[in-house]
Amino acid sequence: MQLTERHREYWRKNVRLTAILLAIWFVVTFVVGFYARELNTVTMFGWPMGFYMGAQGSLIIYVVIIFYYARYMNKLDIEYGVAEEDK
Amino acid sequence: MATQTQAQFGQQLKKYYSVYTGGFIGFVILLAIAEQMGMTPKYIGYAFLFATIGLYAVIGIMSRTADVSEYYVAGRRVPAFFNGMATGADWMSAASFIGMAGGLYIQGYDGLAFIMGWTGGYVLVAVFLAPYLRKFGQFTIPDFLGERYGGNIVRSIGVFAAILCSFTYVVAQIYGVGLITSRFTGLEFQVGVFVGLAGILVCSFLGGMKAVTWTQVAQYVILIIAYMIPVVWLSVKHFNFPVPQLVYGQALAKVTEREKALTVDPKEIEVRTIFKDRAASADAKLKDPAAAYAADKAAAEKKAADVKRDKKATPEAVAAAEKSLANFPKDEATAKKAWEKDKGLAARAAPPRPHAEAFPGKDEAAKNTARLNFLALILCLMVGTAALPHILMRYYTTPSVKEARDSVGWSLFFIFLLYFTAPALAVLAKYDVYHFLVGSEFANLPAWVANWAKVDPTLLAIADINGDGIVQLAEIVLGQDIIVLATPEIAGLPYVISALVAAGGLAAALSTADGLLLTIANALSHDVYYKMLDPHASTKRRLAIAKGLLLVVAVIAAFVTSLKPGDILFLVGAAFSLAASSFFPALVLGIFWKRCNKWGAITGMVAGLGTCMYYMYMTYPFFGVKAPLWFGINPISAGIFGIPAGIITMVVVSLLTKAPDKKIQELIEHVRYPHLKGTAARAS
Repeated sequence: MQLTERHREYWRKNVRLTAILLAIWFVVTFVVGFYARELNTVTMFGWPMGFYMGAQGSLIIYVVIIFYYARYMNKLDIEYGVAEEDK
Repeated sequence: MATQTQAQFGQQLKKYYSVYTGGFIGFVILLAIAEQMGMTPKYIGYAFLFATIGLYAVIGIMSRTADVSEYYVAGRRVPAFFNGMATGADWMSAASFIGMAGGLYIQGYDGLAFIMGWTGGYVLVAVFLAPYLRKFGQFTIPDFLGERYGGNIVRSIGVFAAILCSFTYVVAQIYGVGLITSRFTGLEFQVGVFVGLAGILVCSFLGGMKAVTWTQVAQYVILIIAYMIPVVWLSVKHFNFPVPQLVYGQALAKVTEREKALTVDPKEIEVRTIFKDRAASADAKLKDPAAAYAADKAAAEKKAADVKRDKKATPEAVAAAEKSLANFPKDEATAKKAWEKDKGLAARAAPPRPHAEAFPGKDEAAKNTARLNFLALILCLMVGTAALPHILMRYYTTPSVKEARDSVGWSLFFIFLLYFTAPALAVLAKYDVYHFLVGSEFANLPAWVANWAKVDPTLLAIADINGDGIVQLAEIVLGQDIIVLATPEIAGLPYVISALVAAGGLAAALSTADGLLLTIANALSHDVYYKMLDPHASTKRRLAIAKGLLLVVAVIAAFVTSLKPGDILFLVGAAFSLAASSFFPALVLGIFWKRCNKWGAITGMVAGLGTCMYYMYMTYPFFGVKAPLWFGINPISAGIFGIPAGIITMVVVSLLTKAPDKKIQELIEHVRYPHLKGTAARAS
């Protein structure tokens, strides 16, 4: 079947969201990891921030990223008429 | 069942598993009462072992099936939430459950590479793979490679890589099962392995993926309860607050303070100096072992003779001198071994490693290498997560693309629950050891220390090195696994909780082993037998072959495990780098880049896998080559070279060869959209 312009737009939007979320993933993993020593000089509630991010903060952001992606894409499916029919 | 809607099915599952969870908690309470009434630990251990394995067997038998789709992908009706739980159990292995908190205890910040790597990889699964694989909707991961790139070569490489990473991993799981079973019931290790094997097979043999899914959900419930109870209790004990994850920052601050005090404590320095001197003297002796052996022997003989001649010597002194002469190493080789061991004491001469400090090292260069390795390991673990077939396979089992997306979220949520608790447990245990064990009297050690030191000196060794009768931190050696195993006792909980923790560890190991064995057997039965050898095989025959192979693979894995191969932890780490280098580029480019073709995939997978295996072979001491490291990267992170090698080769070769044909282009479009109107539905 020939893809319509709307189909292409759906895919472009998907790729754009994927890129944005991966950029966030990259920052909270590798940039935060790279500067862990510097972040560790700041302490909150007993945690040095570098340690806190690695042990908890980044993990929470990962969970949020995935649920956000799922919600956004599930809505996008309906908007662009590519959602699955209910079984 | 057939007429039931998906919503009703979900409701029913919720009801079943709520009743099950309540029942399990009731069972634990009953045993706790029985313990108070005098049930011995041995029988509590047996009760947990047989009750949980029996339970898995019941689920396994209830889920038996003769349907191909149910056997391979649980009939594709596992709701997102439950698939998340099953993935959590599938994912969390014996190493996560028992070893991880201990690793964090020992390595401090640097151990967090595993915490981040083994969670953040799910972001890649979510955005790169899960929804598209679900839309593709076949049975295995090599299946996708075979269809997308065409031909049996890619499929075969996929099968080879799937078996390579899954088999090393499954051996480590069965090893864990054997260890836990033998420790908590007193059975022999080898017997424990085969009891575990039985436990694995009852889950998967009759019902394949369907049975494995529903037992994994049950196993997740057990393992998370078992992990949480002791940590929560420990948190209440020290901070009067039942959410350890929120308050262990305070404990960490106190641990850091105490580290500083212990670093400069004169008694600690005394012990460390003793180790340093012993290591230095052993090192000197090793330079000329023959002369040192002769000199030591002469000295011991002289001392014994002197003491005997000395009239004022007490009988104890005479006995001691004679004993040391009798225990003197009988030849140079034995003495050499003892010195090698003493030389290793140099490690204990170091001050405590600051728990929260990132990348400690003696100078700037060492610190930077530590950081580079930390980041490289995270990348390999993450990309490896998004490439391990036994995890990706789970996303074939949801009813729709939409649920596959949600399901990755639930998977990570359920994994997160354990992974953000492990660092808390490590810090709380350290708090306890630094404040209560250190400084206590040897005559009056806490019960858990005395008990575990007796059970297994590799887990916990403690000795009064400087003879002052007080425990110094430098006098304690903790093995990685002790932290989780001993937490119930550190927290002052009854034995029933220790047995519960063992049951949790067993659940973690069994669930992962189930998923892995099924992956291997399915790659052989579906991809090799059905797709390549006999595409006309009947359903009955396919299932018979699948089950037969499962049995064979399980027995081979158990046999390999019972030989106790060393370096299991390295192998597990290696599995991630291998999967990352072989599968990840081919899977992701296959979906996101239409131009990627068969020859690109073949050469790319071989190049990735080859680079990764080459680097491991050259640098890992086990293989004996010991070539210099590239950029100081440890062999466990070999994927850091394998992944780019795979991607670059795949891109270059694809561009040099013909674009894939129209049929394949259509397949790619098909997987990119959850539903394209007007296209004939493919097998789903």
